Amino acid sequence: MTEIFGVPTQALFGQLLIGLINGSFYALLSLGLAVIFGLLNIINFTHGAQYMMGAFVAWFLLNKAGLGYWWALVIAPIAVGVFGAIIERTMLKQLYKLDHLYGLLLTFGLALIIQGLFRNEYGSSGLPYSIPSQLQGGQNLGFMFLPNYRAWVIVLSLVVCFSTWFVIEKTKLGSYLRAATENPELVRAFGINVPRMITLTYGFGVGLAALAGVMAAPIYSVNPLMGADLIIVVFAVVVIGGMGSIMGSILTGFGLGVVEGLTKVFYPEASNTVIFIIMAIVLMLRPAGLFGTQR
Amino acid sequence: MAAAVLPMTKPGEVGAQRIAFVLMVAFFLLAPLVLYPVFLMKAMCFALFAAAFNLLIGYVGLLSFGHAMFLGTAGYVCAHAAKVWGFPPELAILAGTAAACALGVVTGLLAIRRQGIYFAMITLALAQMIYFFYLQMPFTQGEDGIQAVPRGKLLGFIDLSNVWAMYGTVLVVFVAGFLLIYRIIHSPFGQVLKAIRENEARATSLGYDVDRYKLAAYVISATLAGVAGATNALVFQLAALNNVHWSMSGEVVLMTLLGGLGTIFGPVVGAFAVLAMENYLAQLGFWVTIVQGAIFVVCVLTFRRGIVGELALLIKKPL
Repeated sequence: MTEIFGVPTQALFGQLLIGLINGSFYALLSLGLAVIFGLLNIINFTHGAQYMMGAFVAWFLLNKAGLGYWWALVIAPIAVGVFGAIIERTMLKQLYKLDHLYGLLLTFGLALIIQGLFRNEYGSSGLPYSIPSQLQGGQNLGFMFLPNYRAWVIVLSLVVCFSTWFVIEKTKLGSYLRAATENPELVRAFGINVPRMITLTYGFGVGLAALAGVMAAPIYSVNPLMGADLIIVVFAVVVIGGMGSIMGSILTGFGLGVVEGLTKVFYPEASNTVIFIIMAIVLMLRPAGLFGTQR
Repeated sequence: MAAAVLPMTKPGEVGAQRIAFVLMVAFFLLAPLVLYPVFLMKAMCFALFAAAFNLLIGYVGLLSFGHAMFLGTAGYVCAHAAKVWGFPPELAILAGTAAACALGVVTGLLAIRRQGIYFAMITLALAQMIYFFYLQMPFTQGEDGIQAVPRGKLLGFIDLSNVWAMYGTVLVVFVAGFLLIYRIIHSPFGQVLKAIRENEARATSLGYDVDRYKLAAYVISATLAGVAGATNALVFQLAALNNVHWSMSGEVVLMTLLGGLGTIFGPVVGAFAVLAMENYLAQLGFWVTIVQGAIFVVCVLTFRRGIVGELALLIKKPL
């Protein structure tokens, strides 16, 4: 068996792949957080719970309605996105005039409620969700075995991330959005319905989390707490990248996933903490984050 | 946190706070006649913990979402010192407190580099790192925690295995910590902290080194949280992972929010209310989390002043 730095290449590429998978989720989640923060100035602590809801909607659709993975990929983000939009309309909306920290506290409370309710109903052990039949099996690349589903997750995540980047940075709709981020009053004066845009943006960010949840369902089991610890890692990712730039969120997400995967190979004891350690280093050297601008 | 702002204390208004203080001490002196002393000791430890947390959020406007790391660190070090090194209780508490203080310096230097919402995320992430650290370190005994910690003899002659000796000790620690926080808030130092909360740019332009004040407040808060954590470990003779977990960081936010951000007695009332709620709902399992979440939502949407904040508004005097 071939080795690199004393590590079998099989293990190395295996962990790199897992790193890319985790990076896909970090990128999707931190992208959603960044989009929401840009317009609402709220850090959405419910993001992890909404990611979990996406996975659960996929599970419900399969087990209660007989609708498979491909349906879930479309329905779950919309359903959870609508749920998010309702939260924005009924609760978050009241907080925009207050200190931003209240938004964090409210969404933290909502996350506790949602996770608690699911845990009451389904316990803490995971529910199985199988890989769709079209994506079972894998490719032998010679140096490693690549399961089809994992390749699909990475490709889909890249496509969704870059489409989002394209829409926000290169289209007219995106220019409204960026303008509203800079100066909502002025954009309103031009006749654009900013409150509706805020609702849709929150719904979209939440939808991204739910999409990540559906994609994660076949890889990790569907579990009420699957998003609880993940969201803290994503917060660290966001601090490292800085929330100012969409592309920054995407690159940081994938990059940190890979770094975490490599740590699992070379120094497994630190694999849980490596992202937090990188955050500490970035804070020392570049407090605004790698792609951020201090506001 | 603008909604919780109360007018500054004027000399004539200290009366209401004096009365409230006497009532509070009288309560903790008499309550063991009707309530479980262990529950009350826990309440006092967490009241001190919440009061230390409130020093940051209420008076500097910094929301730490990782305060459990100080509570837990002090608990682990105190328990380890008492059990493995055979420290007497006063030195064990001191060791735990010193550890929390040191951790406060290190994490504080990192966290104050960003403000507002980033500060909350950074402290949360740092606390999670500390959590994983304790999960892997052999001395913490992992999921079991450090059990059967000896309470020992305070100053060599007060046997803390007697529940009333322990109760008195906790009461003294709590009241001392509380008075220290009161003193800090009303010192010139505390006034500068409030100035930073109200308008950081202005405080800077007046020549205050804002970062140093923030760091000092953060370290003091961490240290006092450490006192609470170390004492708590002696009370329960246990230091375990749940005290380092992010849910504990969330709990102290909840206590302070419910009691009243930026009020002196709010954290004490909030800690008592949250712990009582948990005690009564304990049989209901995960409902505790749901009720906690619901209190968060209700407090943020309609009850931002908290219990003591509303009371203070009612009697038109700061509490």
